[in-house]
Amino acid sequence: MDFLTLLQVLDSTVRLATPLLLACLAGLFSERAGVFDIGLEGKMLAAAFFSAAIAAITGDVWMGLGAGIAASLALSIVHGLASITFRGNQLISGVAINFLAAGLTVLIAQDWFSQGGRTPSLIGQGRFGPITLPGAEALSGVPVLGPIYAELISGHSILVYIAFLTVPLTWWLLFRTRFGLRLRAVGEAPEAVDTAGVSVVTLRYVAVGICGILCGIAGAYLATALQAGFVKDMTAGRGFIALAALIFAKWRPWYALYACLLFGLLQAVALRYQNIDLGAFVVPVQFMDALPYILTVVILAGFVGKAIPPRAGGEPYVKER
Amino acid sequence: MTLMTKLSGAVAALALTAGAVAAEPALIFDLGGKFDKSFNEAAFNGAKRWAEETGDSFREIELQSEAQREQALRRFAENGNNPIVMTGFAFGNVLAEVAPDYPETKFAIIDMVVDEPNVRSVVFNEHEGSYLVGMMAAMASESGTVGFIGGMDIPLIRKFACGYAQGVKAINPDANIVANMTGTTPAAWNDPVKGSELTKAQISQGADVVYAAAGGTGVGVLQTAADEGILSIGVDSNQNYLHPGQVLTSMMKRVDNAVYEAMTAGTDLETGINVMGIANGGVGYALDEHNAELVSAEMQAAVDAASAQIASGELQVHDYMSDDSCPALSF
Repeated sequence: MDFLTLLQVLDSTVRLATPLLLACLAGLFSERAGVFDIGLEGKMLAAAFFSAAIAAITGDVWMGLGAGIAASLALSIVHGLASITFRGNQLISGVAINFLAAGLTVLIAQDWFSQGGRTPSLIGQGRFGPITLPGAEALSGVPVLGPIYAELISGHSILVYIAFLTVPLTWWLLFRTRFGLRLRAVGEAPEAVDTAGVSVVTLRYVAVGICGILCGIAGAYLATALQAGFVKDMTAGRGFIALAALIFAKWRPWYALYACLLFGLLQAVALRYQNIDLGAFVVPVQFMDALPYILTVVILAGFVGKAIPPRAGGEPYVKER
Repeated sequence: MTLMTKLSGAVAALALTAGAVAAEPALIFDLGGKFDKSFNEAAFNGAKRWAEETGDSFREIELQSEAQREQALRRFAENGNNPIVMTGFAFGNVLAEVAPDYPETKFAIIDMVVDEPNVRSVVFNEHEGSYLVGMMAAMASESGTVGFIGGMDIPLIRKFACGYAQGVKAINPDANIVANMTGTTPAAWNDPVKGSELTKAQISQGADVVYAAAGGTGVGVLQTAADEGILSIGVDSNQNYLHPGQVLTSMMKRVDNAVYEAMTAGTDLETGINVMGIANGGVGYALDEHNAELVSAEMQAAVDAASAQIASGELQVHDYMSDDSCPALSF
């Protein structure tokens, strides 16, 4: 593998890891506050559709991004209502959101655009274009570092940079602020938070809301930056891979970054080399596709350190009387 | 009470007359949906053409789930609809079970062979159409490397790839063909993001024409090809209009003709296997105002010559599904 190929694979890794990373951090906020969310997939899908649809109608991608975030937030509120206010089962609510989004997006797309559940192709201002970072042109002549800067770091859409900046921001918010401490506490011991006079319900709603916003950006990235429009079921299981990455990362922001980059790399390698010939035997492409899930199972089984979810995760909080 | 009796009498009479005229044909769309801009929509267009020309009407249903296949088939058959046309290989097993129960009803299935006395199985020679677009790809390519992106890795899609590769090699025996499949699950039909990444990977390997036989994933392939300034080839229906001037051509599968013919034949529908190839206008390549500038006269002449040779049987394009192997491409 020569240097240029390596760069191209890594470049592809960044593109593929970005939606995973955003969805993974979304899940991190929600689950750290004690609300399991398997509806990441559905929220991304709804956001992908509404961002593409509104961007197609208005011709302005920022309006699209706003619409995508709003759609994802709306589903988050449904999840919050079901699992926080009405203390329903969080997994069932998540599954319901996935189904709702899968059906609703195609139905509305058909009604609005009559293109077989697609949105029209976005053009010009309707898409997030690549951003060339300052100095990328000038530095590209520098050996090794130049191409890395010009090819790998520069030239992505703004949402990629937002996604990567979200990682330190999440870490700071969760581990260096009072809000973060309370949010983590609400996922471990909500009764303690309640005793301290802080509202468990409000905190959980805020967490679920942040989750909605991040899923919204992830969906908009898929439909308006990577692609130029919505196609039915276009998330293709990325919400679930993000969940796997979250477990793999043991619910920590920096690990989430590494996990998503690893899963992105696996995908990029699988796409670039269909079957990898290791000399002695050939690794089939299916194995590469399945590897994220296999790694997650290995982690869950406790072979490589233990993944312990937030203690109060999955349980609705009932005030003691 | 008397009013009630009268009413129910009227309803019964209505039901009877409805039964009497219900020999209208029925069309069942597969899960892709009626307006998928591709396969199912082509079927709908064929039925619409039939309805407009004859002034008759037809019944139709869009499936929402796997479980509805048998239900929809039986309902139309019980209702007396004849013939019943369905799109998609996925109906194969269900139809094999249902067809013997309704020996008086004629069924037509597209893209699958069901061996029952009252079933017409319409199959397309996709390898022949792919051969033609493969020739065009090889002539349009400047780098000598062309790409193929399939959807789910099934024999049918390999048939596309194999025909394409043979067409490419016919023009340029030294050409390099980069063939990738999107995945091995049905999700591979609807993953434009992966389609884009595969296209970028193929471009970096030198491909300057890519052929997408991948359903919704193909939307991403065509988009990325247009963004990156290379040519792409659409599939099933005419997709040239998606990116005018950047889609070289589309491999057309005339599902509309198949449906039109089945409905025109009506209850006299001829059963058995009906092969739609180049010879009878079943497959071909698309030429319209969106790609007129891309297709040179030389290209068109070469393709039309090959087309005539295939039609006359002079040129045989190898069918991957006949022996699960491909002379021009290894998977």
